[in-house]
Formats: sequence, C-alpha cells, structure tokens
Amino acid sequence: MPQEFKLILKHADEPGYTPDIECYLRHGGYDALKKALALRSLDLPDGRKKSPQEQLRDDVKQAGLRGRGGAGFSCGLKWSFVDRKSGKPIYLICNADESEPGTFKDRQIIHKDPHQLIEGMIISCFANDVQLAYIYIRGEMPQGAKLLNRALQEARAKGFLGKNILGSGYNLEIHVHRGAGAYICGEETGLIESLEGKRAYPRIKPPYFPAVLGLYMCPTIVNNVETLCHVKHIVAMGAAEYAKLGTPNNTGTRIVSLSGHVQRPGYYEIEVGKVTLGELINDPNFGGGLREGRKLKAIIPGGSSSKVLKAGEKFKLKRKVDGKDVEQEVDLLDLPYDFDSLLQAGTMSGSSAIIVMDDSTDIVEVLANISKFYAHESCGQCTPCREGSLWMSKALHRLTHGQGRAEDADYLVKIANNIPGGRTICAFGEACSWPVQSFVAKFKDEFVAKGAADEEGRAKGKVEPKAAPAERKESATVA
Amino acid sequence: MKVTGLTPIPNVLRPQGNFVVPPALAAEIDEVITHYPVKRSASLMLLHAMQEHFGWISQEAVEWIARKLELPPINIYELLTFYPMFRLQPAGKYQIKVCRTLSCALAGSQKLHEHFCTRLGLDPHQHEIQTTPDGRFSVEFVECLAGCGGAPVVMCNDEFHENVNPAKADAMMTKRE
Repeated sequence: MPQEFKLILKHADEPGYTPDIECYLRHGGYDALKKALALRSLDLPDGRKKSPQEQLRDDVKQAGLRGRGGAGFSCGLKWSFVDRKSGKPIYLICNADESEPGTFKDRQIIHKDPHQLIEGMIISCFANDVQLAYIYIRGEMPQGAKLLNRALQEARAKGFLGKNILGSGYNLEIHVHRGAGAYICGEETGLIESLEGKRAYPRIKPPYFPAVLGLYMCPTIVNNVETLCHVKHIVAMGAAEYAKLGTPNNTGTRIVSLSGHVQRPGYYEIEVGKVTLGELINDPNFGGGLREGRKLKAIIPGGSSSKVLKAGEKFKLKRKVDGKDVEQEVDLLDLPYDFDSLLQAGTMSGSSAIIVMDDSTDIVEVLANISKFYAHESCGQCTPCREGSLWMSKALHRLTHGQGRAEDADYLVKIANNIPGGRTICAFGEACSWPVQSFVAKFKDEFVAKGAADEEGRAKGKVEPKAAPAERKESATVA
Repeated sequence: MKVTGLTPIPNVLRPQGNFVVPPALAAEIDEVITHYPVKRSASLMLLHAMQEHFGWISQEAVEWIARKLELPPINIYELLTFYPMFRLQPAGKYQIKVCRTLSCALAGSQKLHEHFCTRLGLDPHQHEIQTTPDGRFSVEFVECLAGCGGAPVVMCNDEFHENVNPAKADAMMTKRE
C-alpha cells in the first residue's frame, strides 16, 4: 500500500511540535548547518583545491534536486549558472509567493517549521557566497511573515545569522519582504522587480537571466521554499543517500497539495514517482476517493496552469524495463506522480497541486473560473497576454451567462494559440493559454453544446439578444 | 493648434486631513529601510506599514513615502494601481476576503460570498470590496489564498479560516458585531 514519506514535514504535524527555535534544536535543528560550516577544502588529484562551497554545490547537483516551485529545473544547474566572477555581490531570494491556484504546501512549512526553511537558506547562501538574502512572502500571508521574522530573530540571537556565523567567519543577513497580492510576483524576474520596489513586470531573457543580471543587476538565485528545505536534507543525509529517495531523475520527496472533489483534501508528502496519480486520489492514505456516488471527470495535475487530464485518458510512457527502453501504455490513474511522467503525458507536475473534479462539475464554469483568475493577474506588459487573457475570460463569461455561441469553442482556442510561444516576455502567456487549449480540446462537446443551446434559446426568442452582463456581475458558481 | 476636449485624468488618491506619522511608526520605517542596499526596495514594506497603521493609503501617505525614499511620488502611486492589496480609501474594521478561485469555487465559495453579503446587507453580486454603512465590515472576493485543501477559505483581517460554512461565517460575524 502506498505510504506518505515525510522528510520535510517529518516533525511539522507531530503533537507538541512548535515553530520556535528551541523545539527545532531539540529535533536536531541547525546540525546540517554546523556540518556545512565545518567542511574543509579537499585536495583534488590534479593539485587543485575544492572549496567547501564547491563541495556543497556539487552535492546539490548530485542529489538531483529539482525545483519545487513549478518548472522542475535542476537546482544544481541553476546554481552553476551564477556569475561568480563579476565581482558584484550575489543575492539569494526565497520565493515564498505561493500563489498558483491549488498550491498550499509552502504555507505548511512557513507556519509549522520556519527554522527548517531558514537553515536550508543559510546553507544555500553559504554554498553560493551570498551575504544578503530575502524571503519574498506573499502579502496574503501576514501571519507567515510574522512567524518568519520571529524565527529570524531567534536564529540571530543564537548566532546562526549575522556576523561570523558560529565562529566560521561567514556573514549573512536574511530579511522578510512582503508582496501585495500580485500573482506575477511568483515569476522570478517579476519577483526581483517587485523586490526592487517596482511594479512586478517580468524582465526579458536574454539578457536578464537572474544568475547574471538579477536583483540590482547582480547575480541572483531565486529558489522555492520547499527546494531550499531540501538542501538542508541533502547536507544532513549526504547527496548519495538523498538521491536514493524517489525515482531516477526525480529524486527526493515532494509535498503534494490535493484539493477539489476528494474525501480527504490536504497535503501529502511522497517520494517522487513512488505514488501514482490514482493512488493520490483514491487511496485511504491520501485522498480517500471521490465523494459518495461520484465518478472522476478531470484532474488538473500541477496547479491551475497545467493542462487538464480527462478521466479515462491513456498515455504512452517511455520507460526503462530491465535496462531496455520500452514504450508502455499507461492509464491516467496509473501515471507515477513525478516530473517526467507528467511531461510525457503532455502536462506538468508544476507546483505539485492536484485539483480533482468529479462528474458533477460543469467544465465550462471551471474554465471560466480559471480564465478569470488569469485575466485578473496578467501584469499587462505584453499585448497578447493582457488582451488575450481578457478576451478568453470575456468569451467564457458569455458562455456561462446564456450569451454563448457554438463557435466560441473554436474562438477560444484561436485566441489561446496566439498568446504563447515567444510572443510574451514571461511564461504567463503559456500559463493562461494551456488551460483553455486543453479544456476545449478534451471537453469540446460541452463548450459547443452550451453555446449552441444559448443560440437556440435566442432564436426562439426566449432570451432577448443583449450584451453580456457586466463583468463584475459574473457568477463563478461551480458545481 | 489648440487641443480641446481633453479632461485631466482624475486623481484617485484622497486627502487625509490629520496625517501625522507617529514616532513609533517612523522608527519602524527607518529600520525597514536599512534592510535594503537601495532605498526604493522598501516601498512595498512602507506601504504595508502605513496601511497597517492608518487602514488605507492617502495622498499624504504617498507623498510622505516618496520623500522618505527620495523618489518622485509617481513611483509610489504606480504601485497602488498595480498591487491589489493596497486600499485607496478606508475599509471596514473587519475585512473579510473570500477566496474566489477554483478549489474554493468547487467547495461553494460563491454561495459563501453571497451569505456574507446578504447577512451584512451588501450586494451579493458585487465581487469588489464593499463596506457596511457603519464601517464595521468589508467583504470582497479575492484570488487564491493558498489554502485550497481547506476550501472554502476566508481571511478576516490577518486571520486565516478554513472550511468556512455558513455557520462558521455567522460565528465570525456575530463575534465582531
């Protein structure tokens, strides 16, 4: 029977576990930091010396750690891109702007075990010669910001932060910076602009790769909360041991945020790829199945921007069986929940947020809800995204208010196809298009039927032809 | 050529007659500015500090922050028209934010928002912020609050509430009436 595997959340939910430093220290807290600071240079066979920092960076690479924020990019590789020769300071920012709909995992870490994040951050900063770092926390988490500030103060008082940390000669300061309700701040270059005190307009890459031209045009690392926590465990366990967790190329554990129509919504930490999507939804250790008498209709597997999967879909996965590459047909529910399998299924595990929808769900309403979110959150810099996200939302508003047309399904896809693919500065263009493209492709009959019924109603004179009701009157009723 | 028919863009900022920054707030602000190598970075944190103290951001507050950070006021004003959390006018003593986004919608947040509004005598169809005439409550629909496992979720000022049903909503309001 599939089980949870608690690494990051090992203590968080234990009775009596509190977010203060004394409790953290009683559970072995800051031991990994001490281990990292005690590392000595290694003599390499070629006579070169390998610094403790290089050893730590190599460990993260060898552990196979992939970013837990959404893109699943190799953390070690990200760190390797940092321009270390520019002579400018290097900054590290913890992305705690958790705002992809469906995701609520970082909230658990921040609220229940803030010192774990801080320890992971200090080690990551040490490994990258960072002396000033920030935690960018979303504005809607004021309690989280207070908890982090208190935890930082405690860490300072114990000598884990500040000047000459634990006598090592290493100096580091970390500050909390609060956002103010804009989803786009989760995009790393938008986040950097926001931290500079500006509107969170993402920067164009090239040339503004954060690793070279980030905060204040200095080399900058932006890592997700959960990713930074994993760094602590890589140091504590050793890279080789850590890499045994999970599956090849999908190492470690992940906290899955499960919501929607399941019996037991919540967060579940699993070894990456060791549990299937079906088990996460149906197993009594996880989601516990759908509501009484309901059948599965659709799954959003990695936050609301990931492409939707339809019940009954089958996918061809390339797998290694006895050392040979074979192609296997896999049912939706048998997809291992990891980075690579979901990519092969044409979607992504994103921020590991699964939203489950049963057969009572009105798919058109769901897409209208998602599209309204993206129309609200587009930063407005790039015309295709600013206008396109709004057009899609307006068309869906019509469709959910008796003003639809049968051709709206095609119209939506036409707009969605013209937003992403290098036409916008950041990946928001993709994020707002993928749901529309995938929902309409997989549930087209429902969109067409809804539009056709509206047309018929108007033809029979049941509904007076009139402009769609004002946007602000939109009803977002779902299910 | 004489240009006619142009009307100036209205200033959405409101004046605040008795605007005084008390010493404790000024000290807090001075400390926050030291967190950044570039002063401008502190602008969002200063806006939060002002809003926490006064409840909203006035014309005077914008000008005060701009002077403090040695910026033209437009650099503060442009943030207010971008970041949804800042208020350009006073709101209710208790500000209820109901999450509108998908997981909460699947769990009935539309009905929940209607419930709050109806009970407080507000328009249940208006998603934007509305405040009761006595200034006690504000209700608005907001986007995802990152609490989807406990949908529907609601924030009341800084407090975060999960699995809010009509009974819980009533208790929240009764406690504060």
